[in-house]
Amino acid sequence: MNNFPILTFLTFLPILGMVIVLLLPKKQVQSIKITTLLVTGIQIILSIFLLMGYNFSAAGINDPASFQFVEKFRWIDITGFAWIGKIKIDYFLGVDGLSTPLVLLTAIVVFIATISSWSIDKSVKGYFAMFLLLDTGMMGTFVALDFFLFYVFWELMLLPMYFLIGIWGGARREYAAIKFFLYTLFGSIFILLVMIGLYFSSMETLADGTRVFTFNMLELMNPANYTSNGILSPLNPNNLRLIAYIALFAGFAIKIPMFPFHTWLPDAHVEAPTAISVILAGVLLKMGTYGILRVCYPVFPEITYQLAWWIALFGMVNIIYGALTAMAQKDFKKLIAYSSVSHMGFVLLGMSGLNTIGISGAILQMFNHGTITAMLFLIVGIIYDRAHIRDLDAFGGLGKQMPIYTGFVTVAFFAAIGLPGLSGFISEALVFLGGFGSATTRVFTAISTLGILLGATYMLWTLQRVYLGSLNEKWKELKDLTTREYFMLVPLTVIVIFLGVYPSPMLDLMNASVNAMVKFITDAQGVYSAFNSF
Amino acid sequence: MNKLIIPDLINSLNSILPEIVLSFTLVAIILSDLIFHKNKKYLPYISLIGLIITFVFLINQFGKSDPAFPVSSQLSLLSLDPFSLFFKVIILVSSFLIVLFSISSKEIESGSNRHGEYYGLLFGMIIGMFFMISANDLILIYLSLELLSLSSYILAGFVKTSLRNSEASLKYLIYGAASSGIMLFGISILYGIFGSTNLQEINALINTPAASQLTFLISVILIFAGIGFKISIVPFHFWTPDVYEGAPITITAFLSVASKAAGFAVLIRFLKVTFIDSFTGNGYWQLIGYIDWQTLLIIIAIITMTFGNFAALWQDNLKRMLAYSSIAHAGYLMLGVSVLSDQGLIAVLVYFFIYMFMNLGAFYVVMLIANKINSEEIDDYTGIGYSLPFLGTVLGLFLVSLTGLPPTAGFIGKLYLFIALVDANMITVAIIALLNTVVSLYYYIRVLRVMFLIKSDKTVSINLSPLSFVVLMFMAIPTLVLGIYFSPLVSFAKESVQLLGF
Repeated sequence: MNNFPILTFLTFLPILGMVIVLLLPKKQVQSIKITTLLVTGIQIILSIFLLMGYNFSAAGINDPASFQFVEKFRWIDITGFAWIGKIKIDYFLGVDGLSTPLVLLTAIVVFIATISSWSIDKSVKGYFAMFLLLDTGMMGTFVALDFFLFYVFWELMLLPMYFLIGIWGGARREYAAIKFFLYTLFGSIFILLVMIGLYFSSMETLADGTRVFTFNMLELMNPANYTSNGILSPLNPNNLRLIAYIALFAGFAIKIPMFPFHTWLPDAHVEAPTAISVILAGVLLKMGTYGILRVCYPVFPEITYQLAWWIALFGMVNIIYGALTAMAQKDFKKLIAYSSVSHMGFVLLGMSGLNTIGISGAILQMFNHGTITAMLFLIVGIIYDRAHIRDLDAFGGLGKQMPIYTGFVTVAFFAAIGLPGLSGFISEALVFLGGFGSATTRVFTAISTLGILLGATYMLWTLQRVYLGSLNEKWKELKDLTTREYFMLVPLTVIVIFLGVYPSPMLDLMNASVNAMVKFITDAQGVYSAFNSF
Repeated sequence: MNKLIIPDLINSLNSILPEIVLSFTLVAIILSDLIFHKNKKYLPYISLIGLIITFVFLINQFGKSDPAFPVSSQLSLLSLDPFSLFFKVIILVSSFLIVLFSISSKEIESGSNRHGEYYGLLFGMIIGMFFMISANDLILIYLSLELLSLSSYILAGFVKTSLRNSEASLKYLIYGAASSGIMLFGISILYGIFGSTNLQEINALINTPAASQLTFLISVILIFAGIGFKISIVPFHFWTPDVYEGAPITITAFLSVASKAAGFAVLIRFLKVTFIDSFTGNGYWQLIGYIDWQTLLIIIAIITMTFGNFAALWQDNLKRMLAYSSIAHAGYLMLGVSVLSDQGLIAVLVYFFIYMFMNLGAFYVVMLIANKINSEEIDDYTGIGYSLPFLGTVLGLFLVSLTGLPPTAGFIGKLYLFIALVDANMITVAIIALLNTVVSLYYYIRVLRVMFLIKSDKTVSINLSPLSFVVLMFMAIPTLVLGIYFSPLVSFAKESVQLLGF
């Protein structure tokens, strides 16, 4: 089992599935869907194997030895007498406590989204081919440890997402798709630029003692590897690290999406088909925060310290602004979209605390938000499938008509509000604890608690408008959940309740890594200030 | 100056064997056109065979660095160095593809009684480009440039019955004649100053006080006009959209890749050989002053790419859009030149090699579709992705690669370019180039949008011949594979930065 390249399979199995889907004849709609279901099912099994073989005490983050399931091969190696044209890129995969929860989340959300995609009837073949390609991009982003590889996977997601929104989306799908594409591409050019800058600032020592420029993220994190005159080296007197950090952060922030870069999200969410909204909210938004934790934090620890105040501020703005905007929405899906903005603010706030509790809370919030929002979007999708409208005011009293459905709705809504006993509570509580634990972020955390109140307001108000009260005569014909919909909602509900009651397994999973990261960032302050005194 | 002696001449002939084979093929085409008057089907195959033999002789020159036709012990008319070999490979591969394109092109088929002319002139272009790339002497540069230009003027108007073709040809001729006249004027001034047309000799003389600053500046700028015309950089680009739109697609594709490659080769050789002063560490070139070369080139590059990208946004004709996009790509390539280092040169070479596959590929799909629907208007592509899923997907691949998104090869081209820029500390320039990439996404993706996002009732069906399929794959596979594994290409490019004498 030890030598089985599990991460490669997790990442590239969907590509294999895509090839099979493309080879199947167009008419074989069922086999195409079943192939996709099988592939995503195997992904879940693989990720369970991943958990079973996972060593909970290994830290990862910046220590190559304690990463797990590592696969490392030389991918591109162009050598020569001089440095000119020389480039070295590794195929370097591995997981630690930061990425494992997200790999797990991706596997679950994609599987659920596959079930939700069953209702797709337009160009089924193209849809599932794109869907599987997207899956590879997401998995790859979470397991790649070479910056170049990371970037390739990161960009790989753009095109399938464009088509998935643009072809199978709602009325304004073209606008939403191109907006999504342009925004994220705009963000990734900054990531690319910083990536190249980092490449020229850091040198890795190979086994034979030669020193070469590197894209290896773990080597980039090591302050001892900086060259004396690299652009992003702290040894460079006119160092651009602060600017690079902001550029990189902005690149990731667009994906989160952080205020003021969030405007693509409501459009994309509203127009995307349900399954794609689920993936978008469940996984894609996490890439932004994951990128910040994976790259920004350990590669620029001293700047992270410097800017923690700002991260907290933006976290707070996201929480309050997202919640207030959500409250003003008339469209059910838009409301959920803005609630995502608000909830991703909690992740930012937790991260800004720079302590174990805060960062654990942030990662847990990423996972929980992934599952809860997936549920919320499924809930919207279910009602939209039946009624073909999403206007919040057009419903009322659905609880009587669809009692089981409304039961799931209540669980999801309360989880989103952060009711104790459901998963959202744990992560938000940790985020607040972490935020209060750091003097820099205390004020923002205090204000952010308002977000909980606002969240409860719009969620409960929605619950009241759509599900309580007297039944609107128009909706007498609506049927309760189908079997397929049970298959989507039950697993997520189980996760939400389980992690609400007993979050330890998830916290244990990330604990060693988060501790290592906090320690690394704290220790790095001394190292980097020593650089500056030269 | 030494007299030319016979052994030298024979040696030199030995080292221009590829060019000789090309000339013989040209003769063979003309002869068989005359002899087998009735059957012109053989002509493309004769051309292909000629190109393959040329390729074999070219491969023999791999790694060699020889002067040919020496005029004195140090100076020569031609330099056959790895740098010229790289560009010759690009020219040969693209010529090979263009001949294959021509076989399945309806436009070219319509003038079947003049196929002798067509392939003959095509070889005229190729020979011109081959000499241009190696030329070490301004007169030879001028002559080969004219050979290339004159052949391409006629080819641009090959379909006589098409008004568009004739217009393109005439415009091309007028612009081309003017710019090469200007270039010749510049050369004559330069000769007046230095008494030599040999680039290396000028390099040796350039530091002498004889070089008056103003006249020198004028002559160089005039020469630049001639080269700039070939590579269609702003402000010498005005002919490009009209000619690209009007000319037969095969010729448009050829102009956008091969002729541009030759232009860039001359530009780089002219810059490096004539003005080089010394190399600083890490392969940066120190050019001889009077002019701030780097700033000048950067400004031209930025204007070119920005103009190309923004103008492409408003185009409704796919060929015209690709014309503007090729202007933008000339800007990116120019940026690679402006780094003035071996690293920048590698970026240019890598970019060009990839650009050849993706750009030719895009033109080929456009041609196959135009064969059927007789239109290159983007609006006529509605729903093509559904009625022609294979062609639509492949065109999508080429366009995504032209945008420069991973994991396609276009990304690697851009990556090397930005690596060179960042390494040279040209961060602002890199940011501008990257923003340009975002702009370019919009018009490339527009084609994808029309093809896939909009459904149409009318269906088009094309029976793709096996040959077309193979040709498509020949371009699509490198576009994909070079994006994932590019070591061999970069190694080849690295070997090829050596210019004779440096």
